[in-house]
Amino acid sequence: MIKFLFYGILRDKNRSLLPIIIITIGVTLTILLSGFLKGIMGDIIDQNARFDTGHVKVMSRAYARDKDQLPNDLALLGVNEILDTLRSEFPKVQWVKRIRFGGLLDVPDSTGETRGQGPASGMALELFNRKSGEIERLNIESSLKQGLIPRKKGEAIIGSDFAEKLKIGIGDKVTYVGSTMNGSMTFMTFTISGTVKFGAASMDKGAIIIDISDAQQMLDMQDGAGELLGFLDEGVYDDEKAQQISHEFNQHYNDTADEFAPLMVPLRDQNNLASYLDYVDGFAALFVFVFVVAMSLVLWNTGLLGGLRRYQEYGIRLALGEDKGHIYRSMVLEAILIGAIGSVIGTIIGLLLTLYLQVYGIDIGSMMSNSTMMMPTVMRSRLTPSLFYLGFIPGLFAMVLGNMLSGIGIYKRETATLFKELEV
Amino acid sequence: MANENIITIKNLTKRFPVGNGEFTALKEINLGFEKGEFAGIVGPSGSGKTTLLNIIGSLDSPSEGQAIVMGKRISELSHKESAMLRNKYIGFIFQVYNLLPVYTVYENVEFSLILQKIGAPERKKMVMEALEWVGLQDMANKKPSKLSGGEGQRVAIARAMVKKPMIVLADEPTANLDAKNAHAIMQTMKNLNKELKTTFLFSTHDEKVMSYLDRIIYLDDGKVVKDEMITHKTESR
Repeated sequence: MIKFLFYGILRDKNRSLLPIIIITIGVTLTILLSGFLKGIMGDIIDQNARFDTGHVKVMSRAYARDKDQLPNDLALLGVNEILDTLRSEFPKVQWVKRIRFGGLLDVPDSTGETRGQGPASGMALELFNRKSGEIERLNIESSLKQGLIPRKKGEAIIGSDFAEKLKIGIGDKVTYVGSTMNGSMTFMTFTISGTVKFGAASMDKGAIIIDISDAQQMLDMQDGAGELLGFLDEGVYDDEKAQQISHEFNQHYNDTADEFAPLMVPLRDQNNLASYLDYVDGFAALFVFVFVVAMSLVLWNTGLLGGLRRYQEYGIRLALGEDKGHIYRSMVLEAILIGAIGSVIGTIIGLLLTLYLQVYGIDIGSMMSNSTMMMPTVMRSRLTPSLFYLGFIPGLFAMVLGNMLSGIGIYKRETATLFKELEV
Repeated sequence: MANENIITIKNLTKRFPVGNGEFTALKEINLGFEKGEFAGIVGPSGSGKTTLLNIIGSLDSPSEGQAIVMGKRISELSHKESAMLRNKYIGFIFQVYNLLPVYTVYENVEFSLILQKIGAPERKKMVMEALEWVGLQDMANKKPSKLSGGEGQRVAIARAMVKKPMIVLADEPTANLDAKNAHAIMQTMKNLNKELKTTFLFSTHDEKVMSYLDRIIYLDDGKVVKDEMITHKTESR
C-alpha cells in the first residue's frame, strides 16, 4: 500500500507539489532561524565565557556578591592550592586564574608630564604560561592589530581604540594608577608591546591586558586571584555539566559561614546569562510552534482543497471495498510521506543556508561602534546536531495535523454521499 | 449456492430527505437474484435504478425492509463490514469508467487485490489473467488517459472481475460507448458470466444492453412494474 501511495504522490503533482513547497519553506525557515538564533546567542555566551565568566567561575563568596565592583580586596588567596584541588577533582576542566581590575592609565610625555589619561578596565591573564591556553582562548594572537603579546614582566597590550584615543603606540610607556587589594595606592609603568581588536567594543575601547604575575605584584595579591575560571574540555558550554560541577564543588563548603570560602558559579548564573540561555531555548521552541501552527493552517486548507479534488478517487476506492477508516489512515500515511519528503528537502536547504551564515556571517560592526555590550560584531549562525532533526517536527507534524483536520470532513461524510460524487 | 438467491430484496423502501419533506425513491421492492444471473434493471431517469444498485452494493441502506446480499443484511452492517462485503463479493462498473488517473492500467486492476492483502506474485498472476479476459494484456503499463473509451471500460471490467466477485453491479456501462464498443463490452461481460458464473446486474436504458440480458426488471417511480425472463433465439450470446 505504501508503494501505491508513493506512486500517487510522485505522479500527481497537485497532490504533492504545493504541500512539499510549503513544508520545505517552513522547515528551511525553522532551521535557519533556529541556527541563526543559536549562533548569535551562542556567540554572545561564548564570548562572555572566554572573556569574563568561564564555563564555571570560582570566587570568594564575598567577591561573588559584589563582583561587578571588581572587589579585589575580597579576592581568593592561596589560589595555587585551590587550583591543585580543582585540577585533581575536575580533571576534565581547564582551570586558569585571572584578576580583573580597574584604574587610570596615565600617558607621560618626554618630560614625564601627563599628556593623556583614561579609565582602564584591566585583565590579568596567565600570558607567560603557554599551557594555560589563555592566548588561544581569547584569540589574542590573531586579534593583535600591532606589536606582540607580552613576553616579559612590565609589558602590556591595550585595546586598539583605546591606544588611538590615548595616542600611543608600540614601545610607549603607560602608568597604571589604582589601588592594591589592601586599599593602598599603587603605580606601575608598563611598556606597550601590542594593540588588540577583539571585535567586542567594550574591550577594544578601554582594556589593558597584562600577565597575572605583574598584576599580583602590582595589586599586592601574591598567591591571590579574583577569579578562577574553568573551561570544559569540549570547549562548548554544557549547562547541565557546568551546574553539576558547581553543585559538587559547592557541597564541600555548604556548612561554612566563611565569606572568603570559595564559591563556584556556572555561566548561566552570571551576567544574566540564564535569561539568554532560556531565550535561546524559548525562541527555538517558539519558532517551531509558530511554524507548526501556521503551516498546519495552510496545509489544512490545502488538504481540504485536495480532498475535494479527490472525492472521485475516494468514491472509487469505497466502491472497490476500501473502508472509510482505511482511506483516512492512508491519507495520514500519505501526509507522513509528503511531510518526510518536504522535511528532508527543507532540512538540506536550511542546513546549507545555516552553514553559509556560519562561515560568512552578517557584519554589524558599524551598528555596534558605540555599544558597551560584550557581543561579536559579526553575527553568525551555528550548525548544531539538533538542526538535523528540528525541522522534522514542524514538517511532519503540520502536514499530518493539516491532513487529519481536512480528512475529518471526508470521514464524516455518508458513504452514499461520497459515492455520489462519482457522478458529479 | 446453485438456485439459491445470492441477493434477496424484501419489501424494500428507500426515502431521502428533501427540504422539510421526504422523497421516496424505492417503494416496497421484492426481488431475488440467483448465482450466475445476467439481469438488468431498466427504467427512466429517477425511477430508482441507481439507488437500488447502491443498496445492493452496500453503499446505502434501506429505510424499510431488507436487502440481503451474500447472506448479509445490508442495514445491519457497519462501515467496515460493508467495505469487506464489497471488497470480497462485489465488483462495480461505472458509466464513466472511473479509473484512477495517476495509476497505470495494471495498478488500477491491482488495487482491490492490495486491499485483500494478496501477495505480489499472486496479484501479478491475477491481474494479467484479468487483463487477458478483456484483451488488454499489452496495455498494462499505460495510463488511463492514453486509452480509448472502449479500452477504458474494458479496464474497468478487468478491475471489477480481477477478484472474481460473486456479483458485478454495472451502472449504465455502455452509455459513453459507440455501438461497436458497446457490443464488444457486453459480449466480454456475457462471456465472463458464462465462464465464471458471476452474477451481473445492470442498470440501463440502453437497448443494446437489454438485448444481452437474460432477465429484465422494469422500474418506474420506485416500483417494480415488470420482471421478465428473456429467451434468446441464438446461443451465440
